[in-house]
Amino acid sequence: MMAGTTLLDIKGVQTYYGNIRALNGVDVTVKQGEIVALIGANGAGKSTLMMTIFGAPRARAGTITFAGTDITQLPTHEIARMRIAQSPEGRRIFPRMTVMENLQMGASLDDLKHYDEDVEKVFTLFPRLKERIAQRGGTLSGGEQQMLSIGRALMARPKLLLLDEPSLGLAPLIVKQIFDAIRELNRTQGLTVFLVEQNAFGALKLATRGYVMVNGNVTMSGTGKELLADPDVRAAYLEGGHH
Amino acid sequence: MAVTTSPERDIVATPMQRATREALYAGAIALGLFVLFIGLRTDQNISNELILVQRWWLLAVVVVLTMAGRFLYVAYGQPFLANQKIVDVATGLLPQSMAARFFRLPYFIAAVVTVAVLVFLAGSLDGLLGPGLAGYARFLRALATIYALASVMFYFRTFIHAHFSALGITALALYPIIVVLVLAVYGGSVAAGFQGSLKWVDNYGIQILIYVMLAWGLNIVVGLAGLLDLGYVAFYAVGAYAYALLGTQYGLSFWILLPAAGAMAAFWGVLLGFPVLRLRGDYLAIVTLAFGEIIRLVLINWREVTNGSAGISGIPKVTFFGLMSFNVSDPNYIAKVLDIATSSAYYKIFLYYLILGLCLLTAFVTIRLRRMPVGRAWEALREDEIACRSLGINTTTTKLTAFATGAMFGGFAGSFFAARQGFVSPESFIFLESAIILAIVVLGGMGSLVGIAVAAMVMIGGTEVLRELDFLKQVFGPDFTPELYRMLLFGMAMVIVMLWKPRGFVGSREPTAFLKERRAVSGSFTKEGHG
Repeated sequence: MMAGTTLLDIKGVQTYYGNIRALNGVDVTVKQGEIVALIGANGAGKSTLMMTIFGAPRARAGTITFAGTDITQLPTHEIARMRIAQSPEGRRIFPRMTVMENLQMGASLDDLKHYDEDVEKVFTLFPRLKERIAQRGGTLSGGEQQMLSIGRALMARPKLLLLDEPSLGLAPLIVKQIFDAIRELNRTQGLTVFLVEQNAFGALKLATRGYVMVNGNVTMSGTGKELLADPDVRAAYLEGGHH
Repeated sequence: MAVTTSPERDIVATPMQRATREALYAGAIALGLFVLFIGLRTDQNISNELILVQRWWLLAVVVVLTMAGRFLYVAYGQPFLANQKIVDVATGLLPQSMAARFFRLPYFIAAVVTVAVLVFLAGSLDGLLGPGLAGYARFLRALATIYALASVMFYFRTFIHAHFSALGITALALYPIIVVLVLAVYGGSVAAGFQGSLKWVDNYGIQILIYVMLAWGLNIVVGLAGLLDLGYVAFYAVGAYAYALLGTQYGLSFWILLPAAGAMAAFWGVLLGFPVLRLRGDYLAIVTLAFGEIIRLVLINWREVTNGSAGISGIPKVTFFGLMSFNVSDPNYIAKVLDIATSSAYYKIFLYYLILGLCLLTAFVTIRLRRMPVGRAWEALREDEIACRSLGINTTTTKLTAFATGAMFGGFAGSFFAARQGFVSPESFIFLESAIILAIVVLGGMGSLVGIAVAAMVMIGGTEVLRELDFLKQVFGPDFTPELYRMLLFGMAMVIVMLWKPRGFVGSREPTAFLKERRAVSGSFTKEGHG
């Protein structure tokens, strides 16, 4: 697929929890080779959008198209099989399985065809994981768990990587390592990344383009630089210092 | 600034005073607890009226025993334990020094001599000591034997630990042969050897192995996939009735019906799986419990087919792969073919090897599946269902395969059970059976095959041993039937194991993915109650 073509197209998506509307018709586009950041306050609906892409909860209106295929009604595992990988909110690694086993689970989609090669790639990206190879996922530190979660998602050889709050609860130094790794993946492998973040400064600096979400609506969009310079964005998300 | 100190009660009290006080508390609690349970008993008199029987003496005995126990524990046990650091906190095991003091060469020799003398005198024990003391002597013999065996195991512990599976399988394979040989030497003839082996091979060997197989089957569902199944006995029943009905009605051979029973149980596993796919934890447990009861009630009430609670009898025996039969009247009866003396022991020994083979098949399949994508998916499913789905794993089929595979082994065990008993009735498939199988899985350590096998041996073997303790009748009176207390034994074992080893006998989990070498994951990283 050529750079610049639309990979993920979200149009007018509405999602409900029971009768409460969490997403009010959201439009987001992610193009091949981009890093797109979605920023917003707590409860804005960022993670809901992330989960809606994966069909849990399912969108009640609107369409989600991935690489030309409508995936709105597909079951979650079928969506994952389209090579969309996710590092979900809260990381959700398998706590009682070792680092190796976690990575192996990530490769299930790929039938372990490129397993050895991909494991090496993950270890090059996150050398810390290699030191922890035989350790249980649950005994890793928060940052290492995040690395494992991203590494596990990469094992599926994704076309699109969804990251939900990769910086959540991590020390600034670790956040920098993880953002660097994402940039590296995008630059060297051309991996398309869709990122949800509360750490607006870091995310917008990293992103090609960004969206701002308020109360279930996308209120603003633009390149990362534009949004960083925007006075409203600055007032709402960036004042009070850089994270 | 002046340091104020307040007098500490426990520092002032000497251990003896403390022990006395605690003993009085324990006595009061025991009195309160047991006054209605033990002190009074309802009974029917001759004119069928309900009367209260007062048993104050028994209550007094229980209370005094409780007080004495608490006193001894606080006064001597606790200080001793504190001195010895008797329990290794991490492993829950006795420390090396403790074990080395317990297993000493002089004791070992004494135990061996005791066993030898008592075995030598076995025939004349009753005459020498009278029937009362002879019972104690036999118990002493059993204790000494166990001690001697435990000592041998202690001396060779590193070797045993290194080759546990191989040694275990060899021991199980040789078990009937050893039993027959020992009893033949002991009884003076080969026929006596075969005759005496019946109890050991059937009551102990086959009985334990059936439960090992059932627990290993349930382990796939509970231990690996993490789906709490309280109705596992239903699949056992399906397998047993499949063989019983098709075997008696259509005269089909065991070797056809064994896979058929497995397939049928697997089918029912899938059938149960479908409605419960969305459920987890407690809710799943309730539905599976109900499923187990439904199957049992259908077996009781669908009289035209299952013959109700009277059960099905005359279930055909297994043949030796069609070459030889174990029916005395058949022309190809094994003793006629091989030209040896008639004995019912051949069938039992054959059944022993059959169930051993089925167990090994279960273990082999489990071990292989764990290393395959579907087995890994089971374990991942136990950990995090949402993460599984987002990695492209179809959780529906994963759960169904776990249910079906576990059920299939239950079905195999069921058809074997029917063939062994020659008779099935719904009474064999009550909820208690499910609970026992689940208890074995939990005690052994979820997911650990070796731990589960050990747990089955202890629990099922233990209840069988209770039948041997005849001398207890001399202590508690002729009405005392030790085997009625097997549930008490179960309860005690569970409390002790869960206190000392909350992850079961074998709490560590073997990883299935490696870069270069395999390293076991320490049990201390395992969440309690999980593999």
